[in-house]
Amino acid sequence: MNVIKRYLQSFLLFELLQGLMVTGRHLFARKITVQYPEECTPLSPRFRGLHALRRYPNGEERCIACKLCEAICPALAITIESQERADGTRRTTLYDIDLFKCIYCGFCEESCPVDAIVETRFFEFHFENRGENIITKQQLLTVGDKFEKQIAADRAADARYR
Amino acid sequence: MAEIRNYTMNFGPQHPAAHGVLRLVLELDGEVVERADPHIGLLHRATEKLAESKPYNHSIGYMDRLDYVSMMCNEHGYVLAMEKLLGVTVPIRAQYIRVMFDEITRIANHLLWLGTHGLDIGAMTIFLYCFREREDLFDCYEAVSGARMHATYYRVGGVYRDLPESMPQYQPSKVHNQKEVRRWNANRQGSLLDFIWDFTERFPGHVDDYETLLTDNRIWKQRTVGIGVVPPERALQLGFTGPMLRGSGVEWDLRKKQPYEVYDRMDFDIPVGVHGDCYDRYLVRVAEMRQANRIVRQCVQWLRDNPGPVIIEDHKLVPPRRERMKDDMEALIHHFKLFTEGFCIPEGEAYAAVEAPKGEFGVYLISDGANKPYRLKIRPPAFVHLAALDEMARGHMLADVVALIGTQDIVFGEVDR
Repeated sequence: MNVIKRYLQSFLLFELLQGLMVTGRHLFARKITVQYPEECTPLSPRFRGLHALRRYPNGEERCIACKLCEAICPALAITIESQERADGTRRTTLYDIDLFKCIYCGFCEESCPVDAIVETRFFEFHFENRGENIITKQQLLTVGDKFEKQIAADRAADARYR
Repeated sequence: MAEIRNYTMNFGPQHPAAHGVLRLVLELDGEVVERADPHIGLLHRATEKLAESKPYNHSIGYMDRLDYVSMMCNEHGYVLAMEKLLGVTVPIRAQYIRVMFDEITRIANHLLWLGTHGLDIGAMTIFLYCFREREDLFDCYEAVSGARMHATYYRVGGVYRDLPESMPQYQPSKVHNQKEVRRWNANRQGSLLDFIWDFTERFPGHVDDYETLLTDNRIWKQRTVGIGVVPPERALQLGFTGPMLRGSGVEWDLRKKQPYEVYDRMDFDIPVGVHGDCYDRYLVRVAEMRQANRIVRQCVQWLRDNPGPVIIEDHKLVPPRRERMKDDMEALIHHFKLFTEGFCIPEGEAYAAVEAPKGEFGVYLISDGANKPYRLKIRPPAFVHLAALDEMARGHMLADVVALIGTQDIVFGEVDR
């Protein structure tokens, strides 16, 4: 009996039809496709995207050139030079991040004692010319100014875990 | 009469079925493989040497990039070796988190393997289904570490951050309105653990789907049954580990034989094959996904009931919490010391191995007491498996080489290091 059953199943392409039923069921199932440029998959507050330099609410830049991020960066992507400013505080004169070297490990943000360098949710960036992969202090501050609201909200959401 | 000579052919490095940058020099007699000679090194990044030039904590992120489809398992091997030398005991909650993410990684790895292996030998649909589930696992990765793949989440003494209490939500857009988005967000209302729990509820059903598509499928069987048979004795001699060894019928699993973290508290089985061919290895991996799902469920249940620290409080090894760092001088000094020179590991050597999805991933660490390793040797499973490709491929047809590369589950990040 079993032999006949097996023979029939084999002859009637039983297992192939079963497989086809799975695909058929999925054909009519609700779609889960996210139409990317129009909509985006959810990003967690911990997301590590493009870097930014933040400012204090009064507009003063946070970075004090302690160079911890430069020291911890495993890929040596960060270059910092600093000088005393006219008001006697120490600030960076050069803060470059080479985005080709960067491995987005998040150590710079972890190390920063004043929450100056952060990794934002922004990940859709591109370069058009050679050399644009090195982003300067000014660019980083601009990114920070642009996304400050989101950055602050994300840090606040994640504060109790860090 | 002209002499009949064997034909030598390059398979890869740009072959779509070569799983990355494998260059295989095949000596063919007609369509039968006489010799398969893998040429590796096209993705060599000197990870071992790189790690020797950097403080210990810098290299965690580079371990992700070894086997770039089972990221957290590699980190685990590395931090385990350091912890062994330091004599650190990880908090119990961190151990559970590590086990949970190791198993999530195992599922993610096997899903990618199943999808691409299927695609290589002609099953298109399975690829899409596998990647759909994999997306959920990447969401778990991202929620916990901030990166979808290269997590840099495990640290010496625990894990970086505790599991988040909330999941990010889909936002309505012009393509999907509020109502549709609410349906997508249904399993994202609770914490990450709820999200993982929901996944583990659904996942066995998905595995049933994959099995319906493949396990009895005559085309799948024709491509895999009896291909690349490795007898158990030979598998041991060749140094196989993981599903490659278990597919040959040797019941060897580091999680059982040499339990690390809390695997001794977990209830799971080791699936083994019988014949040692591609089909048995497929069955073993599918069964492993089900077992991994079981382990994840046990971890979720424990983690829900047992809050606690996820990293040790020794500030010679672990930076203090940010809040303390900002108003305590000593904490700030620890913070600066750790992020500039890292920590030193006492002189000695240690070998730590984890059961990565592909097999035994081992890290052999020699310390001379400095803040960077004197020598770091990585034992990648796929490297050993690839060495046996020649033996497995001999006498098979050219098309079977693709099935063999697939069944070995090779990833070049770790073969070339």
